[in-house]
Amino acid sequence: MSLSQLARALADGTRSARSTVQATLASCERANPRLAAFQALAATDALACAERLDAALAAGAEPGPLAGVPFATKANLCIAERETNCGSALLAGYRPPYTATAVERLVAAGAIPIGTTNMDEFGMGSSGENTCYGIARNPWDLGRTPGGSSSGSAVSVAAGLVPFALGSDTGGSVRQPAALSGVFGLKPSYGAVSRYGLVAFASSLDVVGVLAAEATDLATLLAVLAGPDPLDATTVRIEGPGNEADRELDGLVVGVARETFGPGLDPRVEARTNEALAALERAGCVLREVSLPLAGQAVPIYYVIATGEASSNLARYDGVRYGRRVQGDDPSLDAMFEATRAAGFGDEVKRRILLGTYVLSAGYAQHWYTKALRARRRLVHEFDAAFREVDVLLGPTTPTPAFHLGERVDDPLAMYACDHLTVPASLAGLPAVSAPVGTVDDPAGGATLPVGLQWVGPRGSDARLCALVAAADRLGAPFTSALAPEVSA
Amino acid sequence: MTNADYAAVIGLEVHCQLGTRTKLFCGCRNTFGEPPNTHVCPVCSGQPGALPVLNEAAVRLAVRAALAVEGTIRATSDFDRKNYFYCDLPKGYQITQFDAPYCQGGGVRLASGRTVRLRRIHLEEDAGKAIHDRGDATLVDLNRAGVPLIEAVTEADLQTADEAHEFLTALKEMLRFAGVSDCDMEKGSLRCDVNVSLHRPGEPWGTKVELKNLNSFRFVRDSLEHEIARQSGLLERGAGHEIRQETRLWDADRAETRVMRSKEDADDYRYFPEPDLPALVIPATLIEAERAALPELPAAKRARYTETLGLSAYDADLLSSDPVVAHLFEAALETAASPKSLANLIANEVVPALAEPAVRARAEHGHPVAPADLARVTREVESGAIHANGGRRVLELLVRGDERDVDRILQEEHLLLVTDEAALERWCRQALVGREDVAREVRAGKTKAIGALMGAVMKASHGQAAPERVRALLQRMIDESEA
Repeated sequence: MSLSQLARALADGTRSARSTVQATLASCERANPRLAAFQALAATDALACAERLDAALAAGAEPGPLAGVPFATKANLCIAERETNCGSALLAGYRPPYTATAVERLVAAGAIPIGTTNMDEFGMGSSGENTCYGIARNPWDLGRTPGGSSSGSAVSVAAGLVPFALGSDTGGSVRQPAALSGVFGLKPSYGAVSRYGLVAFASSLDVVGVLAAEATDLATLLAVLAGPDPLDATTVRIEGPGNEADRELDGLVVGVARETFGPGLDPRVEARTNEALAALERAGCVLREVSLPLAGQAVPIYYVIATGEASSNLARYDGVRYGRRVQGDDPSLDAMFEATRAAGFGDEVKRRILLGTYVLSAGYAQHWYTKALRARRRLVHEFDAAFREVDVLLGPTTPTPAFHLGERVDDPLAMYACDHLTVPASLAGLPAVSAPVGTVDDPAGGATLPVGLQWVGPRGSDARLCALVAAADRLGAPFTSALAPEVSA
Repeated sequence: MTNADYAAVIGLEVHCQLGTRTKLFCGCRNTFGEPPNTHVCPVCSGQPGALPVLNEAAVRLAVRAALAVEGTIRATSDFDRKNYFYCDLPKGYQITQFDAPYCQGGGVRLASGRTVRLRRIHLEEDAGKAIHDRGDATLVDLNRAGVPLIEAVTEADLQTADEAHEFLTALKEMLRFAGVSDCDMEKGSLRCDVNVSLHRPGEPWGTKVELKNLNSFRFVRDSLEHEIARQSGLLERGAGHEIRQETRLWDADRAETRVMRSKEDADDYRYFPEPDLPALVIPATLIEAERAALPELPAAKRARYTETLGLSAYDADLLSSDPVVAHLFEAALETAASPKSLANLIANEVVPALAEPAVRARAEHGHPVAPADLARVTREVESGAIHANGGRRVLELLVRGDERDVDRILQEEHLLLVTDEAALERWCRQALVGREDVAREVRAGKTKAIGALMGAVMKASHGQAAPERVRALLQRMIDESEA
């Protein structure tokens, strides 16, 4: 059932929040041993929350736009007194004293958080494999990754367990798993949604995003989540969805960047992308080729900036105030820091802290960090120039469909390279949506795998972008989304 | 070669906590002396996911400090992160300003007329406190974490330990008068690090040594004197006794500095722009509002007190060295009394009393004594209605919180002078009985001899006889008895 259907059923009394939550919890418990979408379900809290809502509605309270809708949260979004471990052993058992603004806004709109999902440690990964809590599996093929780092959130939606889930996207961590798992993924403009309570990976890139089963749900969720927050000084007010004409495909100028069709693009993904573009052209869109030369350099720019910021953001995990403290034989403070961090962080996190420490070090920062900041500014100008010519930019979200678990864990560069289509929008702070555009068959036989089309708009145009994605979805094939066969069967 | 051949080159880094109600990036109270970790929240304790939001009140005080030293305020400046690990630094980095501080330039004029230039002032957050002297464990108190600080960095314009002391005193007075901070070194709201090198005039500067752990202005002066002597000693001994670039701690008990770390161990702070905060934009309207609200600073007060009020330089200095004193003086002056008498009473009774913590604490919330009462006592002393000592006695009681009104104190403490002519005459006549010797001396021109008689009158009157009247009366009676 879609989010809007659920909310309506609750509002007109054909369904109670409690029964909805109960059913959701039951299906999650059934599916989770196979899918490992969830780290933990919060059954008691969720049921209590549902009962409060039912009572309030019975007493005549106005139902919020998300009344009674259960949702999953990535394990890096703080919920007061609930374990928020970011997929890290270091934060095992950490219960924050406060709740993230994004979660609070959803709850205020009537939504009910039912559990935390598995993720790559601190959001660092593209496969969901960098964690000690459970590796989420792609419901389209359990041997494959659902993408990452919002792996469990994507699976929870793709498997039909919840209508939507919160994720976070630093370089593609909402869009890439959305594409590989066959759901919608919205990365809002930087600053559109408060980061307060989102555990930081790279502060100038991090955004709270959503994964949703239906295109129309994106706009509903955006309206609840977006807006300035006095607790996050980087939040800004974004534009509204615009007038009727702005939300129509007819006459929409669609830019296609040459750089997104480079080597490494799976021909099956390319074929799906081209079909989608052709369908849009038939619907009245005007296709125009654009060039974003620096987008080709986005991965190194991104990894320098993101790791630099991460090395600083993760310095607070020192064992002093929270998380697991390890004190070896050496009683000194420095030894405690070292032992705590050595034991608590996984390999990928350590790799990025080392890289980030290096790019910020005296004597190297000029060559790496400062240069990357300059390149980032130029990339922003390239996007600005492109958006003077076109309304949106379209291309594949990922170069390949879902790959096998274990396939790239030992090859960090291969893992980083699969971010190259999503990081440009992150660096420029632009809103982007990954939408399903059909599936491809694995030539080796067996699996059918979803493909995602990425929509990128000018900064602040989030609402319009969501409306356009929904308009394309109404065209039908190839803009078809389907729940993963493994579960819906 | 002697010490005198070397000249010292000294620069200071002064940290000053801003007297805001709340911390720099969260709503926690900015307090001192509270139980540990009672003023902490997700932001200042560095909880995962918490974000800083700039406190505008801190920006206002920082602007005021910049205006006080006549620095140039940037319309747009940036925050940066300074990364290092320590248990009292909750985020693993300090939010500060590195490349683009909010204020550049400015300076402080010394009595010699020379100006010590400031290189910059920047805004940053304080760290918490690590407590190491409670057994094996290190304890951490985060009440101070996130308290707003400004750091003022001087050019290396200072030449002697005394100049450093004078500069700090002047800067502290300016910041206190501007309402920026209480600048209490004992509470750590003012802290100072020193950089010092020696050279022969005309030659390049020598190797720089940093001094830390300077918890009072006296320590700054003492450590500098010691360090200058140590460095010149090394220079005299020549080869093999090089001065190393290092940080040294002042040990006040042993009166010496010792090495804390050498340059090779210096941290790499990996500064980079703070992504959680937008640029610090200081609008011209804010600067102008603070300029308009900026109280008169000590130098201007001093000039006004000497030039307009005719006070001595000594009195003017005394009155303008503490905002509590200056405000009291000016408020009392409004309801009359001569500036000089008022200054005397304040100097003798109020200034010493302010050294007492209880008196100082009451003065934090207003005047240590009601200005109207102070003015009244000054007038009464001037008119001769009470003796100078009596005036001091009333103030002594009032400043320490005596709640009686002035009239009752004067009565109950027998401080009102007797001016009744008949009573005075009676005492004087008694005093003259049998003292023809004194009367003769007085008549012979030894007017000082009259003191013996006055003593008798004061004794008889329990000190309440108005002394000037008594003196005049005795003189007249002696003169008349001759006739």
